[in-house]
Amino acid sequence: MSTAAESAKTAEMAAVAERYGLSRSSARPEFRGYLRDLWGRRQFIYTYARARTYALYAGARLGSIWQLLTPLLNAAVYYLAFGVLLGTAKGIHNYPAFLICGMFVFTYTQRSMTEGSRAISTNLSLIRTLHFPRATLPLAYVVNELNQMFISMGILLVMVGVSDGLALRWFLIIPALLLQTMFNIGMTLIFARLGTFLTDISQLLPFITRTWLYASGIFFSIPDKLAALDAPGWVIHVLALNPISAYIDIARRALLEEHARHALPNAWPIAVGWAVISLVGGFIYFWRAEDRYGRG
Amino acid sequence: MAVAETAAPTPAATTPASDAVPTVIADNVNIIYKVTAGSGGKGTAASAFRRILKRQDRPTIREVHAVKNCSFTAYKGDAIGLIGRNGSGKSTLLRAIAGLLPPASGAIYTGGQPSLLGVNAAMMNDLTGDRNVVLGCLAMGMSPEEIEERYPEIVEFSGIGEFIDLPMSTYSSGMSARLKFAIASAKTHDILLVDEALATGDAEFRVRSEQKIKDLRDQAGTVFLVSHSLDVVLDTCNRAIWLDKGVLRMDGGVKEVVDAYNKEATGKR
Repeated sequence: MSTAAESAKTAEMAAVAERYGLSRSSARPEFRGYLRDLWGRRQFIYTYARARTYALYAGARLGSIWQLLTPLLNAAVYYLAFGVLLGTAKGIHNYPAFLICGMFVFTYTQRSMTEGSRAISTNLSLIRTLHFPRATLPLAYVVNELNQMFISMGILLVMVGVSDGLALRWFLIIPALLLQTMFNIGMTLIFARLGTFLTDISQLLPFITRTWLYASGIFFSIPDKLAALDAPGWVIHVLALNPISAYIDIARRALLEEHARHALPNAWPIAVGWAVISLVGGFIYFWRAEDRYGRG
Repeated sequence: MAVAETAAPTPAATTPASDAVPTVIADNVNIIYKVTAGSGGKGTAASAFRRILKRQDRPTIREVHAVKNCSFTAYKGDAIGLIGRNGSGKSTLLRAIAGLLPPASGAIYTGGQPSLLGVNAAMMNDLTGDRNVVLGCLAMGMSPEEIEERYPEIVEFSGIGEFIDLPMSTYSSGMSARLKFAIASAKTHDILLVDEALATGDAEFRVRSEQKIKDLRDQAGTVFLVSHSLDVVLDTCNRAIWLDKGVLRMDGGVKEVVDAYNKEATGKR
């Protein structure tokens, strides 16, 4: 068969298909329809997330108490390592709360990314069996992590409440978490697509997130560190652009007393900017490969 | 390619009456799987990074050309049996028609949303049967109210009985096949794709599910059936497509195709 004849036949087939109102079986839906579809499956996202949490702890004897224990144990380990042994606590008021707040915020984004990178590949057989917008899977993973974050934040609020007393500025944690969740949804979608087609990403991610961990001012106060190093004034403005630093900083502003001295410049606008960029970019990036997730 | 065999002997079955409405058109479809073959080892972070930079695939990734240059048209009222030896691309082709496995080149056009009923339907094994019913129905786009309404019917049809609140990992393969089939057939379908769904169940379930397929076929425009049981194909289909190593070998009336397939199978022995 010559290629000319073949392409003529292809065009003819397409014409017949159109005449009878047939559509390509694995075509990518248009973006708005895709979002509407996703909204329609919100119940699936929620149920799937709950089922996953359930399955995760079903084997453990303590069951879902681990959701509470894991962040508590994490907090204890970090405090022991950085607060007591390494002595980075110098000059920071209520260092345990400072450290644990940073750690919880960081873990939320980190886990969304690493779990998201496996969202498609671990559900490949489900994807090859049923029809549903694929973005529901990474979104369900974010719901899981958000749920864990609520528990972690509850623990932290109790801690801060005991040591510093209640405060009205605590309500700022709501917009702070909302912005970070928007950012995380985008990152999860991006890494879900990356992890599907570049399977090596899941090997590389631990190194990326660990580097990010040390660069984001979780164990130490960035302004103090820069002052000690005698760095020029613009450096802090560059470091403040780091999205994780921004989300940690707005959470600390909400929860900690006397944080103003350690606060980063423009944390709120930077947090809003990254949330919008990540959310929009993530959805578009993930959607553009929607027709290819079953393959490979 | 065995083009001559495909086109020549069976005009009667494939060219329908002038008013026939096509529901599925496959145009020169090629499907290529990428599989990770053997133990590739995890490699170090550095080598993984290099591979990503060079956009190389893992050295152990192999491509499998599962369906080659396949073209056909299915019409309303057709019940088409897909026959062929193991690994000839039958299930792969069904998944492509369902839109679950995108073809590498060529196109498949369908009217409405095809639905795949298969034993390979994956559910969550850690979860109980009833949670899987709800999840599966939600994934198919049913509303919670609808699920509540259909739930007893699904469980009844599956015949799982009291085991419905045990985790699926404790089910036998026959039991999970029954449940999966029951979930997937809870919805009404325009184009129905049945993949060997009847093979694993016991005799009683086989009778019930064959009846269910007949019911669904009466509602649906078009049915595709993959089966190794040629009797089932002869019983339920009016047309058959024979796939051999991913190539469409023959497409025509069910009797002729099954006879030709049988002749070759016995001839080789």
